[in-house]
Formats: sequence, structure tokens, C-alpha cells
Amino acid sequence: MLTVTHYTVLSAILFSIGALAVLIRRNPLIMFMGIELMLNAVNLAFVAFARYLNNMDGQVFVFIVLTVAAAEVAVGLALVVAIFRARENVDVDEIDALKG
Amino acid sequence: MTDYGAFMEALVFYLFAILGVLAALGVVIARSPVRSALSLALVFLALAAMYVLLNAPFLAVAQIMIYAGAVLILFLFVIMVLNPRLDLIGGRTAAQTVAAVIFAAAFGVLMSVTFAAGQLAPATGVFTPEYVSEAGHVQVIGALLFSEFLLPFEIASLLLLIAIVGAMVLARRERVRHGDPRQDLR
Repeated sequence: MLTVTHYTVLSAILFSIGALAVLIRRNPLIMFMGIELMLNAVNLAFVAFARYLNNMDGQVFVFIVLTVAAAEVAVGLALVVAIFRARENVDVDEIDALKG
Repeated sequence: MTDYGAFMEALVFYLFAILGVLAALGVVIARSPVRSALSLALVFLALAAMYVLLNAPFLAVAQIMIYAGAVLILFLFVIMVLNPRLDLIGGRTAAQTVAAVIFAAAFGVLMSVTFAAGQLAPATGVFTPEYVSEAGHVQVIGALLFSEFLLPFEIASLLLLIAIVGAMVLARRERVRHGDPRQDLR
């Protein structure tokens, strides 16, 4: 019988892999994909808890997260394109013009 | 639930869990951004299967439409525009990579142990699987979105509007540039 722990542990694993993607890649697109992975992992935990607590609030929350993720990707990718136009290079380590 | 039903549930769960984790690792490891994006599509599909297992069919469909449909296509478009330059980006140094793997693994183990040790609160909610399947998943979600969660719903719509305008402003091409006319062609 599957319990909520199965889903939350899977969610934890996916979240760590997403964090790993942000940490070890320098390509901004892959880093965005890591952020998407983390958001998806959180969504899975939300839905799992909603199911095992017989409470729909978690599922409604997932919709809000979905909206925020879509907005974040649109703005983030627009930023990447804008940076690419201005700098010819989208290596995240070299975008440090705002460094104090 | 019968033994057969429980067995099939576990089988589908482990099948898609393994698929999801392997595809997620593929996102991190793949050298080409296109392969990362396609691996990400597999993760989204595996999670949609999880939502079906968790009695949330509408969320599974929304997951496929929004993530595999919209978000992934956006990624692929940007990869298409930027691809030749993306290959020039190097990786982290070996020391950085090892440190990142260690910390991410430690974080994952910590979270897993915490989840496994936790005790789930008693299921006191009114939305039992029987109730949801009788009333309809879309109907239940829709009724909640337009009653109890109306304010977050409206704020989300505002957020989407801001994101649309923001993305257009950020990605807009400057029409008139002084100097090199080739700038407009890029």
C-alpha cells in the first residue's frame, strides 16, 4: 500500500536534483529547468498531502504555483534573450555588472 | 482495496518514480540543452502520472498542458534562438561539482529522513476520494477556486498580465539603433 511518504520522498529526491541543476550548471536555461524541477517537486508534495489528508487546498495551491511558474519562465527567458542581445554571452558567471 | 489493485498502484508508482528520477538526472547531466529540455518533458509526464495516482486527474491534464505544452515549448524556442552560443558555456570545476553533488545529496537525504520520520495528521478533510469522484474533480476544484480561493485566483490573473507585459518589454527588439544595422538582424 502506498503511503504519503512514498510521494514526499520522491518529491525530496526531485527537489535535490533540481537544486543540483542550479548548482552545477552555468547555462541559464538549464538552471531555469532546475527551478522548474524544484517547483514540480513541491507540487507533488502538495498533491500528495492533499490526497492523504482529504483536503483540496493543496491542489488549489498547485494551480497558483503553476501560474507563478509560467510567469517566472516567461520573464526569465525574456531576460536571458535580452542579456544575450546585449552581451553576446549568457554564461551566468560573467553576468556580474551589478556586483557591488 | 484488493491486493491486485494495490500491486498495480505500487507498480505504476515505482515505474514512473524511477522514470522521473532518471529523467531529472538527465536534465542535469545532458550536454545538449535540447536533451535537457526533452528529459524535462519526461519528468513532467511522470509527475502527471503521479497526479493520476493521487486522484487528481484535472491536475494531471493541466500539468501536461501547461508544463509539457507551454513552458517546454518556450524553453525549446529560446534554445532554438540561442543554441550556437549555448554550447560555448563551460561547466563548473571538478571541485565545485563534487561539493554541489555532496550538498544536494545531503539535502535530499535530510528531507527524505524528515518526511519518513514524520507522522501524518489524521485525514479529517471532507474531500474523500469517493466524494471527489462522485462530485467530479474539475467541479470541486472550480468551486473552490471561485469561492474560498477567489482572491488568490484574481491575484494570479494579475500576475500573469504583469508577466506578459514584462516579458514583452524585456524581449523587445530596439527598432532604431544608431550605428551598425546588423544589430537589428540578430
